[in-house]
Amino acid sequence: MADERLALMAHLLRRAGFGTSREELEAYAARPYEEVVEELVNPERIPDLDESVLRRYYPHLGANQDNPNSWNGRWVWRMVNSKRPLEEKMALFWHHVLATGWTKSEHTPTMIEHVEMLRRDGLGNFRKILVELSKDPAMIYWLDNNENHAKSINENYGREILELFSMGIGNYSETDIKNVARAFTGWTFEQPIPLYPYGHYASKFVFKPEDHDNSEKTFLGNTGKFNGEDIVDIICRQPATARFVSRHLYNFFVADEAQVPAWSVQEPRDPEAIATLSKAFLDSDADIRSVMRVLFNSDFFKAAQFQRVKCPIELVAGVIKLAGTHRGVDPGLVAFDGATRVMGQTLMDPPTVEGWHTGKEWIDGGTLTERVNFAVSQVSDVKKPGPQSIIRRLADYGRPLGPEELVDTVLDLAGPLQVQPETRQALVELAARDGELRFGSDDERQKSEERVGRLLRLTVASREYQFA
Amino acid sequence: MAVSGHTNGHAKKKDPVLVVVQLSGGNDFMNTVIPFTEGAYYDARPLVHVAKKDQLPFTDTLAFHPAAAPLRDMYLAGDVAIIQGIGYENSSRSHFRAMDIWHTCEPLKIATEGWLAKVVREIDPQGSNPLTAVSFGRGLPRALAAPGVTATSVDNLDNYGLLNSIQTAEQRQEDLSFFKRMYTPAIGTGMVLDYLAHTGNGVLAGADMLKEAPRLYTSSVQYPDCAIGKSLRDVVRVHTANLGTRIFYTQHGGYDYHAQENPSHFRLLSELTQSLRAFMQDLREHNASDNVTVLVFTEFGRRMKDNGSGTDHGSGGGAFLIGDRIQGGLYSEYPSVKPADWLNGEDLRHTFDFRGVYGTLLEQWLGLDPTEIVGGTYEQLRPFKTAAGA
Repeated sequence: MADERLALMAHLLRRAGFGTSREELEAYAARPYEEVVEELVNPERIPDLDESVLRRYYPHLGANQDNPNSWNGRWVWRMVNSKRPLEEKMALFWHHVLATGWTKSEHTPTMIEHVEMLRRDGLGNFRKILVELSKDPAMIYWLDNNENHAKSINENYGREILELFSMGIGNYSETDIKNVARAFTGWTFEQPIPLYPYGHYASKFVFKPEDHDNSEKTFLGNTGKFNGEDIVDIICRQPATARFVSRHLYNFFVADEAQVPAWSVQEPRDPEAIATLSKAFLDSDADIRSVMRVLFNSDFFKAAQFQRVKCPIELVAGVIKLAGTHRGVDPGLVAFDGATRVMGQTLMDPPTVEGWHTGKEWIDGGTLTERVNFAVSQVSDVKKPGPQSIIRRLADYGRPLGPEELVDTVLDLAGPLQVQPETRQALVELAARDGELRFGSDDERQKSEERVGRLLRLTVASREYQFA
Repeated sequence: MAVSGHTNGHAKKKDPVLVVVQLSGGNDFMNTVIPFTEGAYYDARPLVHVAKKDQLPFTDTLAFHPAAAPLRDMYLAGDVAIIQGIGYENSSRSHFRAMDIWHTCEPLKIATEGWLAKVVREIDPQGSNPLTAVSFGRGLPRALAAPGVTATSVDNLDNYGLLNSIQTAEQRQEDLSFFKRMYTPAIGTGMVLDYLAHTGNGVLAGADMLKEAPRLYTSSVQYPDCAIGKSLRDVVRVHTANLGTRIFYTQHGGYDYHAQENPSHFRLLSELTQSLRAFMQDLREHNASDNVTVLVFTEFGRRMKDNGSGTDHGSGGGAFLIGDRIQGGLYSEYPSVKPADWLNGEDLRHTFDFRGVYGTLLEQWLGLDPTEIVGGTYEQLRPFKTAAGA
């Protein structure tokens, strides 16, 4: 039913962003695919959102930035409304991989700056990203680098930058870990401004030369008086790093992969795709924008429609787009923080330094319940702009619609969404109970709106809707 | 007079229940059960040790952490088996790999089937009860994951159910029946789609049973106000509702002390041990304790030497078994803390394979053959007063 061009563009915008409204989708699909990719990977060409109005309605965002819930609500609003969606998506991607969280520090302004850094540098060079990460107070505190001293190393950051942020287990030794830790001694943050009376302030990076181990170190066969930047340089030249980052990109933007601990022993789902992305990484000297351009234009990407389970925030942002709400500054943004939380994902607070487990691990009995309940609650009200737009298009047919045509059209307008025959059959049976859809009289119109609302809520409750 | 669920000489023997409490992050066993007479302990940890005056001795050589006073009380009452020096060869210092190994019993390769999921499959091969295993908290642990096995994950027991927002009861029932149809596909539509179908049907079947549990429960026991206390209370609420749950899973996070270990460990051990004490009291108040055994475990122990503020990842951890049927005491050997015996010059050497702990629980408590589940035959302990299960 849906034409392929439209379906492919919808796929691109689900992955490079958080889905689209139907009107946006049709506008994008009118342009050449490569041109849209180029616009997505160069977000600075498009104006950023104006947040000033938002701040008037959510004073927390402007004044006291101690409230992580409203800040996460504002992030959802950005995901739904930004005209440069890949910028938001990259921030979310790096947040998955370079995981640091609120729970340990309970320090919101520093977490906010962390996420802003991921947004600002997310499409830049990986070298820059790792150096900024190593200087990031949220990360320094999360992995105890402020306790990593020349005379007594704390190897927490040294271990995780290798295991989880760049190379993956099996590509370095325990001695390498200790030497990396030594290279990052003295990388800490300045004494914070006291909490009272004005609340938290973001912390600032500081290098303490007197606490830095400046002696010789050996790392992956290289020897020198390395500091953290030297270590990052060596890391970014490693084919293991290219593969590791590529596999993460594949897992997040293309199709679900095995979980990270399995990567040292389990082949990638598509080794050729990983090789292609790794080559782009090494050829461009670790430029993420270049890798993303290759990724989105590849055949393996185009073929991977509905091959990954949406993470909770993708589900939430996508459903809001479908409902057509929160395009302005409606109240209620803060509630979305709680919605993703019960689905297993609290923004600015991943559960561990490993980040979130992805794929089907997003879903168990409890989280499936929350996902379905949320999606249904958002689209049930047919007076919302999204359902109204779908109803208008159905009415525009100007003739009664039979059950099959009705279901296929709803699935098309809500996605386009591909579903299993059983799902379609169940929806068709529901549609068939009340015969053709008609918009002649006011009575018919009201009944039809209710029927479309019901089809829509069962569509978003379906198994297939869990995939992107 | 037999109260519901109470076992007397004639009543039907109740099925054994296992409650697993996972301490995530690598609990510092040496600072939990302290070898207080060993000079090497103080020498290796000039800053991160428990001061002698605060320790709670319970043998001539061992003391509990001061925050673990409730655990010491339970130990002195004979309800706690301390299993010392647990681990496996070539302990992984990665949290994530180490937890995977504990969850799947596969130290050498990556496995997809959890050990407790295999237990569920043995206990309920047809998958007829979606509540055979219930996990509290966010996300299902890998220990409970395997293709075709349903384990129920509950975040909020008080509000568990599908399509609650639909206004009229009649429409909700109808929509639930369509939901069931959409989640009952022909087999083989794809692994993840099949998994989702299975999960969706499990939710439907479990939800109506579970929603009764909170209504049936009253208790005079006060739990500490913390996540692990809430989870253990939920275990009692479901256990006492007699829904056939045999495996409960809970998690308590935050044990990764690279820094600020002393204050954090104090807080966590307080939460944990107070919650465990309340849990046992609550079970006893409901005459529901005699068929429950608790396993408290963590992925690894920590390094001998402190790093000035905390401790880095090590090996040679410890676990606890708690319950009315437990023969309290010390099991296996405390790892040697003498520098000459340190593994890699810095780690505690494990003295007992973790799969032997699982084997003990599987064979002597749940009455199952452990060979397949843990992947081999491992030395077992004898921590039960009388053989149970089989």
